[in-house]
Amino acid sequence: MRSAGLVSALLCAWCGVALAQPAKKHPAGPNLGVPATSEQVAGWDVSIAPDGAGLPPGSGTAAQGAAVYASKCLACHGENGAGKPNDQLVGGQGTLGTPNAVRTVGSYWPYATTLFDYIRRAMPVVAPQSLSNDEVYALTAYLLSLNGVIPDDAVMNATTLPKVAMPNRANFVSAYKKP
Amino acid sequence: MTRRPKYAEPDSLETVAGNGLLHRRLFLSRGAALLGAGGALLTARPAAAAPPEVPASMKTPGAPLSGYGERSPHEASVQRAAAGQPGAPGTGSSRTPLESLEGIITPSSLHFERCHNGVPDIDPAEHRVLIHGLVERPLIFDLDALSRYPLVSRIQFLECSGNSAALNGAEPPQQTAGGLHGLVSCSDWTGVPLAILLDEAGVKPEGKWLLAEGADAAGMSRSVPLAKAYDDAILALYQNGERLRPSNGYPVRLFLPGYEGNMNVKWLRRIKVTAAPTMTKDETSKYSDLQPDGKALLFTFPMEVKSLITSPSGMQKMRGPGLYQISGLAWSGFGKIRRVEVSADGGKSWGEAALDEPVLSKALTRFRMAWRWSGGPSVLQSRAIDEHGTVQPTRATLLAARGPQFRYHYNAIQSWSVAAAGDVSNVYA
Repeated sequence: MRSAGLVSALLCAWCGVALAQPAKKHPAGPNLGVPATSEQVAGWDVSIAPDGAGLPPGSGTAAQGAAVYASKCLACHGENGAGKPNDQLVGGQGTLGTPNAVRTVGSYWPYATTLFDYIRRAMPVVAPQSLSNDEVYALTAYLLSLNGVIPDDAVMNATTLPKVAMPNRANFVSAYKKP
Repeated sequence: MTRRPKYAEPDSLETVAGNGLLHRRLFLSRGAALLGAGGALLTARPAAAAPPEVPASMKTPGAPLSGYGERSPHEASVQRAAAGQPGAPGTGSSRTPLESLEGIITPSSLHFERCHNGVPDIDPAEHRVLIHGLVERPLIFDLDALSRYPLVSRIQFLECSGNSAALNGAEPPQQTAGGLHGLVSCSDWTGVPLAILLDEAGVKPEGKWLLAEGADAAGMSRSVPLAKAYDDAILALYQNGERLRPSNGYPVRLFLPGYEGNMNVKWLRRIKVTAAPTMTKDETSKYSDLQPDGKALLFTFPMEVKSLITSPSGMQKMRGPGLYQISGLAWSGFGKIRRVEVSADGGKSWGEAALDEPVLSKALTRFRMAWRWSGGPSVLQSRAIDEHGTVQPTRATLLAARGPQFRYHYNAIQSWSVAAAGDVSNVYA
């Protein structure tokens, strides 16, 4: 044991040296980046983290979302999110371990924040970024309630959305191992 | 190595595996002259300019010079196979016609495309790249600035992880090699090492991932481990020596050698350093791998070792028994190709193919094999082994491991059936 401890100590010392002087593979740059102001960053930073960081003010309910869905989403995603011609958004629970798995927001998606992020940045496909934050919250609420993930009368906002427990989240496993 | 006589009779050529596979040495010496170019074997030859007639091209001046080259009009049929989605013609993919190309470089005009809401029209003078998040100094770069940074060039493949997914179906789809496997291409990519820019911004110790986001109508976004960004990621500005093609990310894209295509965010406008993955739509709901037990793997980034024979290949027709050159491509997202083996008897016996130089890390590698086709029914296969010794799996092995529902990272051995009449088709063998 004592010799093993000694080896560990030596290895740690060696690691310390290695960490202090990382072998850089890349040259230094000419420092041509222009400092970005917080206003500039805020204007572009639309991504939403799973903990809700980045969610904007606003709110919406399933009932409000149903109206938006009917006018802006139904043509591609079908009645009640049943799909066709494009992605099915509702249903499929219980199918994942079977030969006919159906991946939807309710059966598959691990994070509710992703729904807000994606609708806001990319939908509707013919006019991305045309929806208000309230409309995006309302659509998010509508799709979550159609999937039975939240009550029909739940209000989605920056506080409530990150707390939504997506039913399939525990089935996601990261395959990435840092080299 | 034993020298072979210069004009050996075909029957005396050394066989290395069943059903007429010949030693790869043939392609290292006089093989090419004996066997002819692989691309010519399936093409009818016009006779109008054959001896003794003098070709018309020698009797009149040719076309004038031009500012930007066009291919021969006789090659106009070599096209990508494009497929959009209903109501969204800019969403979908077009595939490289692998069966019509040779060497390892994909012409930029035939590089595969995968877009999530069309190809944006971006004025490089207006475009900016923002680096922010867990950094000491959020920075904005314009294209003039990026072009003054140290550049690196590397020949590397790019493959959509949805490539070859149709081979997961119950019946073998009858398409060309490109139609089945054409979501892979290989270019000489030139760009700025991302590590340089990240160092200038000053990544904070808690920064472990980054979010990369495009300036397209899908705001395509993916999370990338910071370790990959510091390893070999570049912001690519050039493709095969000229500026990127619009559908490949003009004026700047993220390029992550060996990683699945979707992560190589085009029209890059923003990099946000984060402590953890952002869990974007594409990395969770789409490019994750559903397992037979219902679990799903996130972040299966590198593209696995893979190969296929491009000539002869599906929908082509052999012109009678005789000597042919089998030609194909191999690659691995984990490094270099070490060896490619070819079988002409459905995997019963294998012979080692010759690899064209250069054999580069995370690049397409061209392999060749001499084959004396007897005229009988045959099944051609190739099997790649990368520098880590990883062997390309059979289709049965892959499906057994991943179940019937997986969509991404299909890398099984491709089998082409050659019928006695010469028709080449896709089979599961």
